[in-house]
Amino acid sequence: MSDLLLNPTFLTAFIVAAIAASMPLMLAAIGETIGEQAGVLNLGVEGIMLIGAYTAFVTTLSTGNFWVGLLVGSLAGVLSSVVMLVLNVWLGLNQIVIGLAVTLIGEGITSVLYLQNFAKTSPGLGVAPSFDIPLLSGIPVVGKAVFQQSGIFWFCILLAVVVAWMLIKTNWGLSIRAAGQKPSSLDAAGGSVTRVRSQAVLIAGAFAGLGGAYLALITTSTFTPFMVNGLGYVAIVITMLSRGRVLWVALTSLLYGVTVAVGTALQLTALSLPADVIKMLPFIVVMITLVLFSRTTVVPPALAAPYTRGAR
Amino acid sequence: MSENPSKMAGAMSAVARAVIPVILAIVVGGIIILAMGKDPITFYVKIFQYGLTGTNWMRSLVLMAPLLVIAVGLIVAFRGQLWNLGYGGQFLLGAVVVSGFGPALFAVVPGPLATIVLLLGSAVAGAVWTVVPALLKARYGTNEIITSLVMSFIGAGVVNLLIKGPLKDASQPIPQTKVLDSADMLPDIFGTKVHLGFLLAIVIALVFQFVLSRTSFGLRMDVFGASAKSANHVGINSTGMVFLVFALSGALIGLAGGIDVLGHESYQRANWDPHYGDAVMPFVFLARLSPVAVVPLIGFYSVLATGGILAAQQTGLNVDFLLVIVGLILIFMTITEFVTTRRALGQSYMPVGLKRSVTGLFDSITRRSNR
Amino acid sequence: MTTLATTTTGIISLREITKAFPGVVANDQISLDIVSGQVHCLLGENGAGKSTLISILAGMQQPDSGTIEIDGNAVAITSPKVAVDQGIGVVHQHSTLIPAFTVLENLMLGDPSLMLDRKQAIERLDELSGLLGATIDPNALASELGLGQQQQVEIAKALWKGSRLLILDEPTSMLTPQAIEHLAASINRVKAEGLAVIFITHKLREAYAMGDCVTVLRGGRNVGHISVEQLAKLSESEAQNAILAAMFGEDLAKAGDDAAELAGATAAVRETAAIDLATRKVRLELHDISTRGRGGDVDVVDVSFTVHEGEILGVAGIDGHGQSALAEVVAGQRASITGTVIFDDGDITGKGVLERQRLGVRYVTDDRLHEGTVGSMSVAINLVLKRIGQAPFWKFGQIDSKAVDAEARRLIDEYDIRTPSAATRAGTLSGGNIQKVLLARELTHGARFVVVNKPTYGLDLKTVRLVRDILIDFAANGGAVLLLSTDLDELVELSNRIVVISTGRVVGAVDNDGQGTAERVGQFMTGAIEGRDR
Repeated sequence: MSDLLLNPTFLTAFIVAAIAASMPLMLAAIGETIGEQAGVLNLGVEGIMLIGAYTAFVTTLSTGNFWVGLLVGSLAGVLSSVVMLVLNVWLGLNQIVIGLAVTLIGEGITSVLYLQNFAKTSPGLGVAPSFDIPLLSGIPVVGKAVFQQSGIFWFCILLAVVVAWMLIKTNWGLSIRAAGQKPSSLDAAGGSVTRVRSQAVLIAGAFAGLGGAYLALITTSTFTPFMVNGLGYVAIVITMLSRGRVLWVALTSLLYGVTVAVGTALQLTALSLPADVIKMLPFIVVMITLVLFSRTTVVPPALAAPYTRGAR
Repeated sequence: MSENPSKMAGAMSAVARAVIPVILAIVVGGIIILAMGKDPITFYVKIFQYGLTGTNWMRSLVLMAPLLVIAVGLIVAFRGQLWNLGYGGQFLLGAVVVSGFGPALFAVVPGPLATIVLLLGSAVAGAVWTVVPALLKARYGTNEIITSLVMSFIGAGVVNLLIKGPLKDASQPIPQTKVLDSADMLPDIFGTKVHLGFLLAIVIALVFQFVLSRTSFGLRMDVFGASAKSANHVGINSTGMVFLVFALSGALIGLAGGIDVLGHESYQRANWDPHYGDAVMPFVFLARLSPVAVVPLIGFYSVLATGGILAAQQTGLNVDFLLVIVGLILIFMTITEFVTTRRALGQSYMPVGLKRSVTGLFDSITRRSNR
Repeated sequence: MTTLATTTTGIISLREITKAFPGVVANDQISLDIVSGQVHCLLGENGAGKSTLISILAGMQQPDSGTIEIDGNAVAITSPKVAVDQGIGVVHQHSTLIPAFTVLENLMLGDPSLMLDRKQAIERLDELSGLLGATIDPNALASELGLGQQQQVEIAKALWKGSRLLILDEPTSMLTPQAIEHLAASINRVKAEGLAVIFITHKLREAYAMGDCVTVLRGGRNVGHISVEQLAKLSESEAQNAILAAMFGEDLAKAGDDAAELAGATAAVRETAAIDLATRKVRLELHDISTRGRGGDVDVVDVSFTVHEGEILGVAGIDGHGQSALAEVVAGQRASITGTVIFDDGDITGKGVLERQRLGVRYVTDDRLHEGTVGSMSVAINLVLKRIGQAPFWKFGQIDSKAVDAEARRLIDEYDIRTPSAATRAGTLSGGNIQKVLLARELTHGARFVVVNKPTYGLDLKTVRLVRDILIDFAANGGAVLLLSTDLDELVELSNRIVVISTGRVVGAVDNDGQGTAERVGQFMTGAIEGRDR
């Protein structure tokens, strides 16, 4: 057992697996964070991730290009979130019900389309081209694991950093946070609550689609109906616990990735845990985290409350 | 509650507001089917053919039994402003009590007694699974949407472990429980192939309609559902209410699982999840959270689902398409509500507290920022 | 950054502004001129249409008809952004600051540029602080500021983009006499810079003290205007009479002395009869009550006092300093961590709401819409809401609708609750009638002691009078009242004694037996206004 843990190939594979599992979650959670900071609750993230995953899968399958697939998946996420945009932000309808509806539709449509087109063939995508960073990739273990990731990985990291910076350092970020804290104040200051929340919803959709695309293109290299399997809800929990701080989102996502990698690793050792326990592991960890840290969860006061100017 | 002529108009408007979203969803669903290259008319016609004609209506009623009990369970929770989204896991746990322990129990205990014990057990299993979300909500104000959802995933995993492990039928190659003897299952209603569980479901709907609308307990729940602040103000024990409402909801949903196995399925495979709760959601709201009003709506969906399985196979569609239709009904329901509340004042689908429970999402510390 | 802009011709004109809502015309063809360098006072009771007019100027609402001209050009103020661009800044009655943001973040909000420019913002803040004569820490969280400081930040925010017009909506409603003086000084400086100021109030003497000219609103109409020259010539009492005549018209004779007091013309005077506390039995005693607040609530710390039979004990304090917690402890809604509550010589500390109700301890909450009543339920149900499950309304757990309706009709008659029927949803009633529902429910069926929190807040004059009379009668007939209020005039009118609370502690007590009660109370409250030490 101990030689397994010290085996560099194993360690490298472990880190790669952890990263692969955490990226989709991190991307979805960043999107959720933007939305949540603006006061919009996106419960449809599961469905949007599935839609992003499927469209990315189909695109890359037909074009052979991973980048195009990523882009299309993200765009599909944006388009899907238009529904939430119109109904939640513009019309102020109940965000939970709409979110659930989007999830159901996303699950249903992607499952139906996949089974119709690919049930018999179950194609795989192959591995995405990696982006080798010359000096750093020479570092033992970590070098191969981290610095030979796909270009897509680095692109997503960059996006995350940009978004985090914008949230803190720009007027736009201030307006986003104001929309979630006290939309009437933003309105009185001359900002537009509708416009800011619309932007937030579309960005959340883009990131959810991106997360789903990453899941299909990089993490699993294929698509399976219902493959998101609760990851969207984990993203919501992570958002809640991170209180708007993108760094915490990244760290807790990584923690989740490690949990999943541990589960997979355990299957290789003598302790063969049943696959069901491994599937449950992240959720159990989430539940324990919620029990332990419930007292510290903070969300914007205006979350999921539709804003109408001058409402009594 | 208003004067008589407008009562009539009010009732008709309520019916319209329940029916329109369904019609719209069916139409849009048909367009989607068309876009996928299949024939929607054939699909819908076959649904009603396989759902209603001949003896098919009996199969629809059999499906209706667990659906209706789940619907009442959701109504109880939603009227109390609590989003019990853990129905998936609660249903499976209730089912596994019957499927897992039934065969052994029936061997040693007389039929009727075993039946009662098993059904009670499934109710208890569902109720127990709500304790953690209820505790977190009552103590820390942690919003139950996420906690109940995550518990659902865990519950499904636990059920799988049980079916693949201690409750596995050793004589079968694929993981499943032992099939119940047909003599032990719930008897059919005389002259039909519909089991007693259906009658039980109807009785449950009627009883809860009475309890929720005419008793002091029902009023307390409605006050609690409208506003936790008001409930506190008039002396209702909010903490107790959270536990009670959740437990009641979970118990009903667990019971639905037990009824489905004991009356229809007779055994349980690993990874079996019929997603009944997902399907039932929009109808619970369409019925304005009334147990009696939800009966015809559930009946409609039962026909849709029963016929839908065969109709989907025959038109080359996957049965998961029903999820799409359900999602569309939810969306059109909220739009219809918006349009009609713009004209008339109030009378929306949900108790005020349910809407506001989302405003108070993860409530415990947000009050610091609230003035 | 821009310096303070002023109008060139110096006039903002409103012409025939009309705005109607279902059932009420809030503004009915109102015309008036606002001149720069002057404080224009807008005077009227609650419900007269002041708030609507202001929200039209601020871009939150659009008028149904009428025009607004700035410097002779017609302007359509279609959104708050347009108002800001036109140099109209509003300080609302309720804070629009975001508690979780710092002062600087609150001020920078709404800036159209991409990057946050802290340096420029700090310079601007210095400029405005100098103008107002205030010191404001840019990095303090808005939630940490005292009430007076918050108001200064709000004024700075209103002037941020270079204003022509500063609108202050009831700025003194929660301030002490001392803090009001500071505000007056700031306003004078702003005026000297050439801005126009609109000062909204429902208190006559404030209008006289602060305003250069006065416009009186009543029932949505402009019923009278006293120009700068006229006001300068009139003495205070002459001005009062002129204003009262405009406010009440022919009703003035009937309203009599009440009118003057209600309109805040004179300093408030106690109206309840004097009682000799020594001869009265003690009804309620609080001994060393402390609570642990939830989240951001202010805790009650070591509070003790007694209330006697027939007495109205007032509790004064800044809003949010523990009043709600105190009220809830007395009512039984909140547990204290130390201390005891004694009622009629019996310890009720451990008893819940329903038990205390039965003993006669009642609570009229300030949160009428979201706590005191359930808006989606009928008036009838709301009237028996604290007796759920009890006979004669419920038998064996089942409701007896006839009994409920009978009781509802009785109470609706007795308290003159204006509602289409007992089955009407309570949320559709006006504020005054909802308050009557609360009073009817709490004071009936064996009430012996009632806690009332801000009982006349936001109500029209007639209902204010009614509520105060109800409370006075209740005390006169042997009941005891614990009156929590932020309205000093109300406290002076109704209380026999006044206790002052600041940050959850009792910091002073005043016997209401003559002149100067308000000043003495104000002195105790001053510490809270200036903000905590840093």
